[in-house]
Amino acid sequence: MFPLLSSLIFFPLVGALLILFLPKKNESLMKWVALAATGAVLVLSILLLTQFNYHNVQMQFVENAVWIPQINAWYFLGVDGLSVALVFLTALLGFIACVASWGIAQRVKEYFVLYLLLMTGMTGTFIALDLFLFYIFWEVVLIPMYFLIGIWGGPRREYAAIKFFLYTLAGSVLMLVAILVTYFTANPHTLNMVELAKVAPAFDFHLQVVLFLAFFVAFAIKVPVFPFHTWLPDAHVEAPTPISVLLAGVLLKMGGYGFFRICFPFFKDAAHYFALPLAVLGVIGIVYGACVAMAQTDFKKMIAYSSVSHMGFVMLGLASLSATGFNGALLEMFNHGVITGGMFLLVGVLYDRAHTRELSQFGGLSANLPVYAFFLTICSLASLGLPGLSGFVGELLSLVGGFGAFPRLTIVATFGLIITAGYFLYMLQRVLLGPLNLNCAKYSDMNGREIFTLVPLVVITVVVGIFPNTVLKFQAAAIQALVSSF
Amino acid sequence: MVKVAHLIPLFPFLAFAVNIFFGRRLREASALISIIACGISAVLSLVVFQGLQAGEGSYSLGTWLFLNGKPLNFGVTVDALSVMMLLVVTVVATLIKIYSVGYMHGDLRYSRYFAYISLFTASMLGLVLADNFVMLYIFWEGVGLCSYLLIAFWFERPAAAKAGLKAFITTRIGDTGLLIGILLLLFSTQTLYFSELKNIAGDDWILTLAAILIFMGAVGKSAQFPLHVWLPDAMEGPTAVSALIHAATMVAAGVYLVARTYALFILHPLCLEIVALIGGISALLAASIATVNNDIKRVLAYSTISQLGLMMLGLGVGGYAAGTFHLMTHAFFKALLFLCAGSVIHSVHTQDIQKMGGLLSKMKVTGATFIIGTLAIAGVPPLSGFWSKDEILTAAWHNGSPVLFWLAVATSFLTAFYMARLIFLVLFGKPRSEMHPSESPKTMTVPLIILAVFAVFAGFIGSPLMHHAFQEFINEGHGGEVVASGFVIGLSIAVSLAGIGLAYLFYVLNNKIVPSGIRAQFAWLHQLLLNKYYIDEIYDAVFVRPCMRFCDFLFKFDAVVVDGLVNGAGAAVRAVSQVLRWVQTGLVQNYLLVQVLGVILFVLTLLGKLCFRF
Repeated sequence: MFPLLSSLIFFPLVGALLILFLPKKNESLMKWVALAATGAVLVLSILLLTQFNYHNVQMQFVENAVWIPQINAWYFLGVDGLSVALVFLTALLGFIACVASWGIAQRVKEYFVLYLLLMTGMTGTFIALDLFLFYIFWEVVLIPMYFLIGIWGGPRREYAAIKFFLYTLAGSVLMLVAILVTYFTANPHTLNMVELAKVAPAFDFHLQVVLFLAFFVAFAIKVPVFPFHTWLPDAHVEAPTPISVLLAGVLLKMGGYGFFRICFPFFKDAAHYFALPLAVLGVIGIVYGACVAMAQTDFKKMIAYSSVSHMGFVMLGLASLSATGFNGALLEMFNHGVITGGMFLLVGVLYDRAHTRELSQFGGLSANLPVYAFFLTICSLASLGLPGLSGFVGELLSLVGGFGAFPRLTIVATFGLIITAGYFLYMLQRVLLGPLNLNCAKYSDMNGREIFTLVPLVVITVVVGIFPNTVLKFQAAAIQALVSSF
Repeated sequence: MVKVAHLIPLFPFLAFAVNIFFGRRLREASALISIIACGISAVLSLVVFQGLQAGEGSYSLGTWLFLNGKPLNFGVTVDALSVMMLLVVTVVATLIKIYSVGYMHGDLRYSRYFAYISLFTASMLGLVLADNFVMLYIFWEGVGLCSYLLIAFWFERPAAAKAGLKAFITTRIGDTGLLIGILLLLFSTQTLYFSELKNIAGDDWILTLAAILIFMGAVGKSAQFPLHVWLPDAMEGPTAVSALIHAATMVAAGVYLVARTYALFILHPLCLEIVALIGGISALLAASIATVNNDIKRVLAYSTISQLGLMMLGLGVGGYAAGTFHLMTHAFFKALLFLCAGSVIHSVHTQDIQKMGGLLSKMKVTGATFIIGTLAIAGVPPLSGFWSKDEILTAAWHNGSPVLFWLAVATSFLTAFYMARLIFLVLFGKPRSEMHPSESPKTMTVPLIILAVFAVFAGFIGSPLMHHAFQEFINEGHGGEVVASGFVIGLSIAVSLAGIGLAYLFYVLNNKIVPSGIRAQFAWLHQLLLNKYYIDEIYDAVFVRPCMRFCDFLFKFDAVVVDGLVNGAGAAVRAVSQVLRWVQTGLVQNYLLVQVLGVILFVLTLLGKLCFRF
């Protein structure tokens, strides 16, 4: 059988190696190699979707080989309903962000090598089913990300990169300890995540609480959950556009995925115990993120805080411990990746022309950038949860799930919806509407490449908004199985 | 034949898709596409109407998603209420699109306009056909979006951009209430289908709360007090849009929602009382503001708020047929009035009625239809407004408290007054500024004439002359006959005529009858009304600015406290390492010294232990 999942992980790595051996001057060839590698991953991930049996709740496309027998670590890969959409999301955004990287001019070789390494790490995180392997991929993501922000970033790139790195690392260290404790507590000792999901729920309650907290901190920093979010705006503002796309679109999902794959299925008693605090943090995230986004004058920072707000819905859905809430949380992760990925591309389009992100420097762009206005309006509307676009469905399911478990808290969360509408429309007003700002008179509308990167995202947003089952069908069975074990 | 109902929104949607993607190449043809699509929808609505008469009903198209394990369908409601709405929306929309050909002629974004207005028509029709709360909510937000896009259509004007934002946010406040109401309903009754509402029994307080929250959505959409502030500002949009969205159809969606979920409201008297009271307050409040406003469109906007308030009042006093009847007649005469206003603005390029005057002789068709619309809304028999308003007054008389009845009567009086004032100032007297008015093109006047015919005759189907056919229809056969009261009819006619008469005294005979001393005493009232009771200013001071300040505060909090803790942790680690660095002096002597001291300590400890043991 063709090792589909291994190919997903190693195609980018092979691409990275190829680029290393290319002559330094041939920059366009490097770009094409990177594009070919990410394109191949995208094609493979689509193949994965078409081959995926969404009625089956077991792991699919499993690859399992002994790796380090001394510690019982396996090279164990597989996907199920919880991960398959995220693998596709990674591949899609990886390809699109690669196209958006076309304008990278300095140190092209290093950039694309690191970029492809990042792809390997991200994909690997979603399909590794051995805790040790999972941890390695998790850490592999960190290093290229650190350099990609630190070298190709904005003026405060070093501060942002170090902050991102140390913050995430602090979480990872806790996770490593938790992994070791889990390994040694399980009898027989195992790192197999599928096995652990059966064994770990029987752990002593107090141990569960401690382990849950350790994993929680690692994942919460990544999501990010309030109050672990302050690295995000810094990292986003400094990161180059394609890296922001991956940061918001994929990296944040690694945290959410961790909850789905490890925290909740492993430590079920602790999950029950922490449901209320998680919901509280989620709701704070929703409202607080929206309020802080409202106060921004920097376009990119506003979108960064909107991510904090949106990921609050993921936490609320998770905390509800219901099928509806879980479905909403997972769908919201996918949708947020698509929509916010698009938003960051659009911020980048404007930044390339204006070299500023201050909202006050724009105005009236609808008049001479109609295509840009079209995309920005659709992405904003999707982001503020307008029905008919994908963002609404995830939020609705999260709210319905949340309402079943925490009605009062969920009512507070709905206030976030008003503020979210407020800051997105206020942004649209300042960027697109009003009289044309003379600084912007010479900006050209989006070019073919830029349109090419946005079209698939917008199409997905519309299709999922109207037919949410296109995504929900992949995850529903797996989530039902997960919830019924609670 | 009702199984074609789901195609009704589809045609305008296709027109939207074609216009948005190929609009620039289509140019003038975009209007034609839009009109034809809407016309097809109108014909299909008639087909569905026939099917309904033949006894056919609602159907489902398939599952949208599963909510708490239960399927949520793409369902299509076909009943008297939805079919009535379908007919009104498609007919009025078609006429207004024809009118727009002339009104928007030469606009920079001509095809974009027809794209948006087609999308609106599609969403509105979808809203009407929705068979459950979630579907309704989806289209509900859809029409809100179109409203936003069309209010801010001339986005170069800052006022238009601001008005769009205000409209969206204000209605979203209501919509959030609606959403919470839907959630409450889902968890207390396990169903979101309208058809199952009538099976709900009991007066659980949760259901009462759900009904009130759902009504909050209606308050936002129908611009009722206290969420009415967006509608007057929405007049920044093209006038044809004001006619379609902000007068005839979308703003009536709130009334439609209450009618659609009426079974929920009659569970508890408190719900109906709130509906009636909010309606009554909105009706009088808006009507009083309309009496002093000098912007031709804003007068009509306040009038719309007021009339929608009357409909709510009608529903709230148990007049289900009365409220929906007035919704229908209002759609025709208010669309007519707005289109007349548009025709006037198109001709004289101002909206200030103090600068107009004497236009009747120059714009005969517009003027004549304007007068017809005015008589209809003022409730002069036998025009349509008279019949439907009379139904509401009758319902209030029989079932409502006296307060509600007199609120409605006072509103009727003020309505007649401000509308008469409007046409006296616009159409009669001498021109008060230099204008070069001329009659609008045929594409504009023909829809006016057709709507005027509706404004005159649409009321008869609900009148005793036709045995209350409308009421029979909307109540689906059972009940409908209203006991008419001679007193109510007499009073209704009297206040209408009195209102018109008073306006005649003031604005044609030129207000010499009221001594200036008395007028000076009421100057404060005039100021209060002119400033719309200062509600915008109050909201700004109480909600908007504190909210922005709070957001700014949270941002500072985030930077100083939350991020401060993170950076503080980093700084603390660095501080500790500074201390520890002092140990690593790099001098071998120091290390040796420590080593020797350590050995001595070790030996002493060992000795001590030995001594202790022996």
